[in-house]
Amino acid sequence: MKRIFFLLLLSPAILLAQTPSGDEILKKVDRNMVTENKIFTSRMIIHGRRESRTVESKSWQRHTNEAFTEYLAPAREQGTKMLKLQDNLWTYSPSTDRIIMISGHMMRQSVMGSDLSYEDMMEDPHLPNLYSAKVIGEEIFHERQCCVLELSAKKEDIAYYRRQIWVDKSRFVALKENLYAKSGMLLKTMDIREVMEVQHHWIAKSVLYKDVLKEGQGTEFFVDSIVLDTAIADYLFSKAALKK
Amino acid sequence: MIRFLFKGLLRDHSRSLFPVLTVAAGVILTVFLHAWMNGAWISVIQSTAHYSTGHVRVMTRAYAKEKDQVPNDLALLGIDTIMTKLRQEFPDMLWTPRINFGGLLDIPDAHGETRIQSPVVGLGADLLTPGSPEWKILNIQSAIVRGRTIRNRNEMLISEELAQKLGVQPGQTATLISSTMNGSMTTANFTIAGTVLFGVGAMDRGAVITDLADMQRVLDMQQGAGEILGFFPDDFYHEDRAIAATSAFNNQYNNSSNQFAPVMGYLRNDSGLSDYLDLITLFSNVILGVFLLAMSIVLWNSGLTGSLRRYGEIGVRLAIGEEKGHIYRSMIAESLMIGFVGSLIGTSIGLVFAYYMQVKGFNIGALLKNNSIMIDNIVRARITPLSYIIGFLPGMLATLCGTALSGVGIYKRQTSQLFKELET
Repeated sequence: MKRIFFLLLLSPAILLAQTPSGDEILKKVDRNMVTENKIFTSRMIIHGRRESRTVESKSWQRHTNEAFTEYLAPAREQGTKMLKLQDNLWTYSPSTDRIIMISGHMMRQSVMGSDLSYEDMMEDPHLPNLYSAKVIGEEIFHERQCCVLELSAKKEDIAYYRRQIWVDKSRFVALKENLYAKSGMLLKTMDIREVMEVQHHWIAKSVLYKDVLKEGQGTEFFVDSIVLDTAIADYLFSKAALKK
Repeated sequence: MIRFLFKGLLRDHSRSLFPVLTVAAGVILTVFLHAWMNGAWISVIQSTAHYSTGHVRVMTRAYAKEKDQVPNDLALLGIDTIMTKLRQEFPDMLWTPRINFGGLLDIPDAHGETRIQSPVVGLGADLLTPGSPEWKILNIQSAIVRGRTIRNRNEMLISEELAQKLGVQPGQTATLISSTMNGSMTTANFTIAGTVLFGVGAMDRGAVITDLADMQRVLDMQQGAGEILGFFPDDFYHEDRAIAATSAFNNQYNNSSNQFAPVMGYLRNDSGLSDYLDLITLFSNVILGVFLLAMSIVLWNSGLTGSLRRYGEIGVRLAIGEEKGHIYRSMIAESLMIGFVGSLIGTSIGLVFAYYMQVKGFNIGALLKNNSIMIDNIVRARITPLSYIIGFLPGMLATLCGTALSGVGIYKRQTSQLFKELET
């Protein structure tokens, strides 16, 4: 009897010890979602106040801090390219034949009128580098058992000071995110509606981004094709590639 | 009688000179201030109308709600139809579409790389359509400092201050970075045709002007415009007519719930100047009121002093049988003469000062460095028919009130005590 009582007394501590900490879960999410190299084609359906538009693009990403994107449609955006190298972002427009560096307040501008900003594009995808996490609950979301993490920024100069993410407990993919300003105001939400398994990684296939401060129905983002950990030519990650 | 009193005033300088000078000084101030504030008011109205709101302005309802943010995603579309309708319904007004936009002006170096960038406030106006009223409204021809006006597509004018800041010359290429009406970043190359100086701080700090059709293309606003401005042909703001036009136009869309239905606003309400203009009017009235009060007190005091000095004279006049009422009335008549002469002199001198400031003006540009109100840097007085008579009311009233108050003492004199008083 005493043994049973002792075990009952210890059980919450044992259970707590078995639940991974927020930081551990975040690292697992990072290992699943962030890959070294990837090439993907995507569609953004941007639901504005007047109409919806579809923007198609092809992206090459390397080492998580280098990216090259070429817009394929609509006709007006076709040939527009973007290059991210570490903390710098350039854009090339064929109509002006100019390479323009995007910096300062332009970083907060929307990408192609979507609910994503250039600042979002420039963010370090390794969340454990930017945030410390703690588990604040568990929920079933999109019919998946999720733990809810609250992320607090480790540094001051960051676009979203606090985040709440719903992490699929078995796939370690974030299915929902709420992004907050330092004041506590909700700025953006992200809802992953469909995931796919690619080369042992669970990756978002369909996402709805919503800038809460903007009217409209948000931006749907679809990954149409993706290849992970593939070799990408070096020349793509140079300004010269923008004009080619 | 009047002649007799007038001669008395002329011969006794102590009775007339100081009151006339006091009245004249006050009237000079009143006339000048009125003309000055009138000039400032007209300047604000005209600059705001020309560069910002027109006398009336048509936008979509959604745009009107957020107009301070220049939300081109909520702009009017199909403006040819709306323009035709406006011209049919309000044929006595000039209508012109405009696109306001913000962005960055990027100046490339010899290798096409960014040399310097600056935030700009842009205006797309109909400059290449023959007969467009914009040339006159924006006064572009006389605003040119270097280079020439826009004659071809893909040309822009930039403010002289901005040109100097960026170190660019007419003929050079600049890239405009802005947002399309869908929110996408857009870039477009323009040739700088010339530099302009409007003399309006809010425009001269960092304005770029382009042709409307160019901006429709760059901002992906085919057949679109942020707003359509309406102007009265005499270039004066007639508020009653503006309100009538606004009401007639808006009544047609009362039953529509479409957030993109057009809505008209008139300058006073639409520009956010309503409070500002009310404040100017209030200040004008307060200044006149304070002047009237101060002058009355001064002239009352002067009347009291005069009465004391004329104590003996009034006593003698009472003693020889002149009625108290007659003496009082004659003093009132004297004061009206003084008021009239003082007002006449004051108005003349005030108008001379006002005319000088109407021609020369006063540069307040240094005070308007961070100001967003559309007002000319050089504020000029403006003489109107009212300027000729505005000084007479306080000038005449002040002397009248002063004498009326001090003259009450006449009725307190006791005839029985007169000889006793005169003996001393």
